[in-house]
Amino acid sequence: MHLDHPETYPQRHTHGADPRRPDGTRRALRIGLGGPVGSGKTATVAALCRALRDELSIAVVTNDIYTREDAEFLLRNAVLPAERISAVETGACPHTAIRDDISANLEAVEDLEEGVGPLDLILVESGGDNLTATFSKGLVDAQVFVIDVAGGDDIPRKGGPGVTTADLLVVNKTDLAPYVGSDLERMARDAKEQRGDLPVAFTSLVAPEGVRPIADWVRERLAAWTAAPA
Amino acid sequence: MDDTVVGNRSSPSYRWEVPPGRNGWAQPTHGPAPANAPASAPAVGAVAPGTAALLILADGRFPAGGHAHSGGAEAAVKAGRIHDAVTLEAFCRGRLHTAGLTAAALAAAAAAGVDPLVLDEAADARTPVPALRTTARRLGRQLMRAARATWPSPELDALAAARPRGAHQPVVQGLAARAAGLDPRAAAYAAAYESAGGPASAAVRLLSLDPFDATTVLARLAPEMDRIAARAAEAGHRALDEGPGALPAAAAPLLDIAAEQHAAWPVRLFAS
Ligand SMILES: Nc1nc2c(ncn2[C@@H]2O[C@H](COP(=O)(O)OP(=O)(O)OP(=O)(O)O)[C@@H](O)[C@H]2O)c(=O)[nH]1
Ligand SMILES: [Mg+2]
Repeated sequence: MHLDHPETYPQRHTHGADPRRPDGTRRALRIGLGGPVGSGKTATVAALCRALRDELSIAVVTNDIYTREDAEFLLRNAVLPAERISAVETGACPHTAIRDDISANLEAVEDLEEGVGPLDLILVESGGDNLTATFSKGLVDAQVFVIDVAGGDDIPRKGGPGVTTADLLVVNKTDLAPYVGSDLERMARDAKEQRGDLPVAFTSLVAPEGVRPIADWVRERLAAWTAAPA
Repeated sequence: MDDTVVGNRSSPSYRWEVPPGRNGWAQPTHGPAPANAPASAPAVGAVAPGTAALLILADGRFPAGGHAHSGGAEAAVKAGRIHDAVTLEAFCRGRLHTAGLTAAALAAAAAAGVDPLVLDEAADARTPVPALRTTARRLGRQLMRAARATWPSPELDALAAARPRGAHQPVVQGLAARAAGLDPRAAAYAAAYESAGGPASAAVRLLSLDPFDATTVLARLAPEMDRIAARAAEAGHRALDEGPGALPAAAAPLLDIAAEQHAAWPVRLFAS
């Protein structure tokens, strides 16, 4: 190591944020999906896999709170072959595993790259948690925060790190809005207020092609990621 | 696997010798002042040099995967063996004096400079059940990642290369302590503290136990942790000349059996 080494943290390769693989090629884009319990994170992951698996090499890491249900749901629905899905155990603290201590998730990501790679895209689903759960930049390159209309139309107004800072805010289950009395326009206005120019997607995953706005956003991110200098 | 990457196992003593061309035992340097080395002159008062580095290594927030493990507490809670502060204390005391002592001695030996591959085998021999071997290696791999980022060292790099799927956690812990400029006793302290601290913090989550009670349990065990760390450090030093046979092999069969059962549960909060 040179004394005048320009990098302050030259050891970054040991924790996986480095965008290059050891061989110098650009590694897979990692996208985190977080949000409250039951908002549709696993449904989004499943729909994204179905929409993108023919054009991209994809793997998924799930972080369940006390079961392997998300991983098992994805397996049961055969959205990806089993060797492309990995479940991380989080000791009752899903936000710790995606933010404060990302070591188990990094290992899962690297093992997937090693086992079934090279990959284009890795989706990391957080176990359903609260409005403050966000992903570490050491783990993912971009994050999606999934809320739903049934959780109350005041969630965008309340803000919190997930709603305000996520690279994409998804307001899911728009099909349920009439039944739960949620005002979608108000949600859109509040989200705009909280997020400025950051994008928001309104989705209904029960509709055919319902995941398209998210899939398009992923394609854009991936294009930008691949085009960036290695 | 190429043993020469890490050390020369045919040397007469059990000292770990890094091949020439590496930095050897020297502290990793970032510039004129080694950032990781403790102050060489003894500090004023009784606090040993390197104490701050020990606090970092032993901190429950050190990002090395420990938060997802209960150290056997989840199985013991389910079986009714831990249900309040008194039973938590009994559990932590038992773990400290058995698995804790063994782990602390392995960590001390690694920090003293015993060949980590020899210690890794010694750890396997002292960990009879597959579930706990898997856990120890998984945690060792996670700790390795965190330690290499925090205290870069050619010794850690060499062990990571020799054991890419993870060495036993106490061995990595001892080597991490060494990379942080800590002595064997400090390494033993980190392992001993963790052996009781892990189950105590898990019990807070599992039982909604009063967190003040859980911390009091640890404070009550502190004098015993001192004794365990001293014993482990002494054994670790002896292992330099006598080999891993000098290290204690205290075990807790009930922890072993319960860990195997726990690993098969379909629904659980903790990975172990
Ligand atoms: N009506 C409707 N239901 C949906 C939609 N998206 C998901 N669901 C349903 O909502 C429920 C929860 O969806 P999941 O995808 O499991 O939610 P999650 O966010 O992964 O939940 P956790 O992982 O438990 O936090 C399931 O029954 C889904 O079928 C939607 O757009 N409309
Ligand atoms: Mg889910």
